[in-house]
Amino acid sequence: MCGNEAMAEAAILADCDAYFGYPITPQNEVPAYMSRRMPEEGRVFVQCESELAAINMVFGASATGKRAMTSSSSPGISLMQEGISYLAGAELPAVIVNVMRGGPGLGNIAPSQGDYFQATRGGGHGDYRTITLAPSGVQEWVDLMPLAFDLADIYRTPVMILADGILGQMMEPVVLDKKPKRDLPAKDWALTGAKGRCQNIVRSLYLKEGAVEQHNYKLQKRYKEIEKKEVLCEQYEIEDAEIVVIAYGVVARTVRAAVDLAKKEGIKAGWFRPITLWPFPSEQISAIAEQLKVFLTVEMSLGQMVEDVKLAVAGKCPVVFYGRPGGGVPTVEQVLEHIRQLWTKQK
Amino acid sequence: MKTATDIYEEVIIAGFGGQGIILAGKLLAQTAMQGGFETTYMSSYGAEMRGGTANSMITVSNAPIASPVVTSPTALIVMNKASVNKFARRVKNNGLIIYNSSLIDEMPDIEESIQTVAIPADDIAVELGSVKIANMVIFGAYLQKRNILSVTQAAEALPNVLAKRYHKMLDINIQALRRGAQSAEKSG
Repeated sequence: MCGNEAMAEAAILADCDAYFGYPITPQNEVPAYMSRRMPEEGRVFVQCESELAAINMVFGASATGKRAMTSSSSPGISLMQEGISYLAGAELPAVIVNVMRGGPGLGNIAPSQGDYFQATRGGGHGDYRTITLAPSGVQEWVDLMPLAFDLADIYRTPVMILADGILGQMMEPVVLDKKPKRDLPAKDWALTGAKGRCQNIVRSLYLKEGAVEQHNYKLQKRYKEIEKKEVLCEQYEIEDAEIVVIAYGVVARTVRAAVDLAKKEGIKAGWFRPITLWPFPSEQISAIAEQLKVFLTVEMSLGQMVEDVKLAVAGKCPVVFYGRPGGGVPTVEQVLEHIRQLWTKQK
Repeated sequence: MKTATDIYEEVIIAGFGGQGIILAGKLLAQTAMQGGFETTYMSSYGAEMRGGTANSMITVSNAPIASPVVTSPTALIVMNKASVNKFARRVKNNGLIIYNSSLIDEMPDIEESIQTVAIPADDIAVELGSVKIANMVIFGAYLQKRNILSVTQAAEALPNVLAKRYHKMLDINIQALRRGAQSAEKSG
């Protein structure tokens, strides 16, 4: 079972009612797996005619109160942005998986982290945010799926999982089991037929004067609550570190190996990994910056998350960047070399 | 079997599509997992469907594994000439190259510390009844040379990676693993 398939099974275990998708490498194993497993479970699988159809079918299914998801890769996710904006506007839960590949444009099918801006800034129009989760291994990906569905339901918002081609294609041992759900609010807003109650309306269009402004304040209040409660991150060997290397996703594992090697050479290095990219662990990073000589951010892009790191650090220490775009995967040796250079410069 | 605490074996298995490269890679990962090791498996996913080169990258370790992408392997199992040119020079010092001498006549100049082992995998496989099991022959040779996992362990893991419809072929595959191991033993 590759990462894509393990994630798909985890979505089924998380009570995903409906999957809508359109094929694109490197996530084709997801619709292939779902096309077999969803009917077996008596649930909905639709291979759509396009990504636009897929995201709008997610919208429709979600409006009826069902758990709906889609998955795609970078160019396909771009096509879905309008729908994601509408989901945010209409306060509908949904889970969207992006198995990132090289861009811009059709790019290539190699792994990449070039969609960080798109995911965390909201690639669609309007003043909204998307919860963004970034697993670094197949087990964590599997574990984050039930959380993604729960967060979507609790905050009535689309949740994006940002994976990449490596994670989608790789295999490693994984334990699949059913996780208990969080306390979920009743979906009393869902369109289930208005027999015996007033009609529910799902919409993102508010024409009354001032209504959209009020609607935005309401959404904003929810985003603040998410920022306060839902930050996830992991840190390692931070206590006496002078250089901390930050990375997310599969790259974070490479970086951790490089940090271990650097420590053996006597370099005071530490490691930090955001698991939620939005909400970003700004407070945690800000606290670490107090004690530090320098932050090094490593990405499979030419510098996207590094902007959030800089905002969090707010000038307390320098923030340096190393990355490779478009299918280039930083190696342990390359990251180690950058840590060494920074260390020599400090001395 | 090795009991050292510092095993970090990075293997690339390479050849062309149809040589069973992916299956051999999955078998290594499955055997490692059943043997209690940490393991990752990744195959290249070329845009071409058939006839292209295929390779799988497997890491076996008793500590958590960093990246599943292997750039410089500690061991290379190589089934065709094109892959020799692509991967032989990436092998780490003191590493191991096992090559299919039925299709590869010679190795390019490589670092002296690297051990090379020639296994006529296709010929042995044909002798056993099918060229399709050359992957198991050469994988058996690898197991023997490396001594991290055994042929018996691989034989136990095989039913978990071989599709059910091929289970009637289990015996001949296991035979191939054994013959490969014997062949490696003889090569010294």
